[in-house]
Amino acid sequence: MALRGNLRDFTITQLLNLINLAHKTGALVVEGPSQTARVAFREGKLAYAQVDQEDSSLATVLHKAKRLNSGQYRSIQQRAAHISDKELGLLLINAGYLSQDDILLNLQQYYSDIVQRLFTWVEGFFHFDIDFLPPDERICVRMDLENLIIEGSRQLREWEQLQDEIPSLDMSLKFTDRPGANLRNINLNVEEWRVVSYINPRNTIRKIASTTKMNDLEIRRIVYGLLQAGLIEITRSESAAPQVPTVRVFPTEDKEEQKSLVNRLINRIRSL
Amino acid sequence: MQTVKMVVTGPFNAGKTEFIRSVSEIDVVSTERKISSVTERKMKEATTVAMDFGRITVDDDLVLYLFGTPGQRRFDFMWEILSEGMLGFIVMVDSSRPETFREARSILETFHAYAPTPYVVAANKQDMKDAWDIEDMRHVLRLDSSVKLLSCIAHDRSSVKAILLELLYSILAKMENGE
Repeated sequence: MALRGNLRDFTITQLLNLINLAHKTGALVVEGPSQTARVAFREGKLAYAQVDQEDSSLATVLHKAKRLNSGQYRSIQQRAAHISDKELGLLLINAGYLSQDDILLNLQQYYSDIVQRLFTWVEGFFHFDIDFLPPDERICVRMDLENLIIEGSRQLREWEQLQDEIPSLDMSLKFTDRPGANLRNINLNVEEWRVVSYINPRNTIRKIASTTKMNDLEIRRIVYGLLQAGLIEITRSESAAPQVPTVRVFPTEDKEEQKSLVNRLINRIRSL
Repeated sequence: MQTVKMVVTGPFNAGKTEFIRSVSEIDVVSTERKISSVTERKMKEATTVAMDFGRITVDDDLVLYLFGTPGQRRFDFMWEILSEGMLGFIVMVDSSRPETFREARSILETFHAYAPTPYVVAANKQDMKDAWDIEDMRHVLRLDSSVKLLSCIAHDRSSVKAILLELLYSILAKMENGE
């Protein structure tokens, strides 16, 4: 069904996280104020990206990455403009100019750079097109999104948004039972490792911030990144004093009577 | 007469009042006021400002009260009061308005912090063409697979019954586990 909306309501980080966790195949089309980006995914992995009609051919990507000099680039444009990127890639490998890894790494860098640019788009509309296929002549990659998501989260500077996501620093953190992220491919920086080392339901976020000497913004940034990557979740603090209900939930203290009461409620709702 | 209560919460215009209306045996005691915000008035004319109040008589000496919370954040001072002594709570989310998902998540966390009672999440307006898939909503709302996220159409009594029953099953399961 509909996966469309407004970037003011949904950040690129959230969308990538959804695509990653739901293993979606298709293209995220983002219409920014002046450009439109199409980012294709296969089973939740980044496959291809393009912004407007920007030249994303292999020759151009390699030239921009300084893996082809201007002469080589011009020569390819003149003599091999009609061949597909896959054929060009084979030619370059067979001629000993580049290895397959070189080509794939440069394409990955190019596509991930486009995704990184999207993180700066805060105005615009998005929709997910399950029928979009990358052009046949282009080479697709297969790139995990977790690191891109974490990197994108680092770029988020909006204090207000971080406050929305983590309204209280008096909550605690715990590791998710079944993290959506592939833990082997996660790269944490030093600050994130410091926070991770204190994650425990007994430690509030405020306490972790105090121990690691981070201000509210810094700790929120890191916690937000880890949340979006699906590594941790927010939980009630175990150190908090147990709540004493001022109003009783059940009119009786007897456990069996309480169960009977719930069963009576069930029967009544069924009969409505 | 014994009484128990459940709370129906969620963002503005999620369908809380309609949910209670579908099963309440009395006309819902609503505290609706004309909406002052132009943006919000485009969505509906009136909104709940204190609480909605519905009732289901179970038998001669047991009554279930359903309390609906005000959806607009500026009335959230009512939430803690309404949550006192609740048997469980239902978080209503408008499946067709993804811009409210983040707020729904925040409301869920707030209520769970007030009282760690069982809850279910009702993905309302699933009959609308722009409604999001349940599983997509689960990811965005960051709900663990153990949390009940249920399809809901608040004006359909059978749908509302199903939500209430699922919440009661969760309450019973928690009691049987000795929690």
